Amino acid sequence: MTGKLDSLASLTIDQVQGGLRAKQFSATELARAALDFAEAENPKTNAYLQFASERALAAAAKVDAKLAAGEDAGALAGVPLAIKDVILTRNVRTTCGSRLLERYVPPYDATAVARIEQAGGVILGKTNCDEFAMGSSNENSAYGPVRNPVALDRVPGGSSGGSAAAVAQGTAVVALGSDTGGSIRQPASFCGVVGVTPTYGRVSRYGLVAFASSLDHIGPFGRTVADAARLLQVIAGRDEMDSTSAFAPVPDYLAQLEGNVRGVKVGLPRQYFEGATGETADLVMRGVELLRKLGCEVREIDLATTKYAIACYYIIATAEASSNLARYDGVRYTLRAPSETLSDMYRSTRGAGFGAECKRRIMLGTYVLSAGYYDAYYLKAQKVRALIAEDFQKAFTAVDAIVTPVSPFPAFKLGEKIDDPMEMYLSDIYTITGDLAGIPCMSVPCGKTAAGLPVGMQILTKHFDESGMFRLADAFEKAGGFSG
Amino acid sequence: MKITEQEVRYVADLANLKMSDDEIRRMSRDLDEILTHIDTLNELDVSNVQPMAQVLYDAEETATLRADTERATLGNEAALANAPLAGAGYYKVPKVIER
Repeated sequence: MTGKLDSLASLTIDQVQGGLRAKQFSATELARAALDFAEAENPKTNAYLQFASERALAAAAKVDAKLAAGEDAGALAGVPLAIKDVILTRNVRTTCGSRLLERYVPPYDATAVARIEQAGGVILGKTNCDEFAMGSSNENSAYGPVRNPVALDRVPGGSSGGSAAAVAQGTAVVALGSDTGGSIRQPASFCGVVGVTPTYGRVSRYGLVAFASSLDHIGPFGRTVADAARLLQVIAGRDEMDSTSAFAPVPDYLAQLEGNVRGVKVGLPRQYFEGATGETADLVMRGVELLRKLGCEVREIDLATTKYAIACYYIIATAEASSNLARYDGVRYTLRAPSETLSDMYRSTRGAGFGAECKRRIMLGTYVLSAGYYDAYYLKAQKVRALIAEDFQKAFTAVDAIVTPVSPFPAFKLGEKIDDPMEMYLSDIYTITGDLAGIPCMSVPCGKTAAGLPVGMQILTKHFDESGMFRLADAFEKAGGFSG
Repeated sequence: MKITEQEVRYVADLANLKMSDDEIRRMSRDLDEILTHIDTLNELDVSNVQPMAQVLYDAEETATLRADTERATLGNEAALANAPLAGAGYYKVPKVIER
């Protein structure tokens, strides 16, 4: 083993592949070192819920065998990575951060997981998250919160807090998360890494445990834009196991990087900057200045329906969640509370298994779908969603990309907001609109507050224009020196 | 008040969620706050708007249909592996029908 692995915590995909090609280390050596490092570091952050050593070493051995035979070992050959624990991994426990699934061992792999391993990726383990991906701080995990590696007394964001923390801490090169209302971008912003929510349908949801099916996305985390783009390249594309997965061909994202962004039209939605004050807003505005220096044409735009997005989202997301989570009834998924009758079994199992946030969302979703309320809530929300999506479509006739803050504030202290669910919901305002419209969006680091807390800048583009989004983010990252 | 404790108990019944009296009280407060915020949607006239029932669909109507050919399924044992209680190839639940 050479000195190359001393910098395990800052490796990029390119460096892993360069090291393998130059025979500085084998995939097996790297996997062992990465597992040792991740297991030793984990008590600090609680980012991983489960390590998959056997599976990781088997995947690494396959890569080594292919390399020895002179075969192509894949775009992610030997890359140590982590998977959010709401994404199924065959024979590796998948809890969704819930007591209900404490002993659940999936019988199949998610399509994204299968594609990662086909490309030579080495899955180290499963990362902590808010229960069933419901939350913005990772404090709703039944297995304890994740601590932000940048400031251990603070939250990493949520719900994909474990994946963001692992990449920030360096215990994974890249990671998969899921995003329904900001669950990739907000933790990416809080932990100072890149997080990408692709176009709805760009990545198959097969094997992603369903929260709100019309809003759920799988997406990548990386320490650089290029690494996130490389991971997306592997998992993107049509999958017949998910009828909502898109047919559109997947372009070569890397070929789009390092491009010139001169003349790119960037829109700043007035409604996203009105209430934005303090260090977060300053850092995002400094980011906008940098885009201007790079030659982007910046203009103000209107997204007038923004103020209705939270209400719209919390109807649609909870309605879909109440239906999706109905399956945890004590019959099929490991946990069953002691009970005499069938009805008591359902009620007791769900009462004991779900945490407070899941119960709140199941209750709200059940309420808005209950007899007599459908038109007033769900149908109305679907119409408002159409208006929000239309607002974005109109905006993209005038601009190529939209830039906004990711969160109104940087990472907050553990316990600081947990008793006020409404305040927590309102803080999702900048991220949920992208999910409602189904457009690609990402968080890219744009600097740190005086206290050293990372802040992310959000970039949104039109449907299937991940390439344009990556090009802008990559140019920004390099010009600002924010990566790594 | 947007929602009463009695309504919360009714919804909990619909959702098959057993909750303590404390949880019901807390839930009533939380739901009330959220439903009050949701009322902001009433400011919008959406009578002429088509609901967004499909996020994005970029292909022919029948493009998602696959050929009707047999394939291997999960198998009984794998499908039941996570059951809290199984027997004779089935999920077992408390007795539903009385003789």
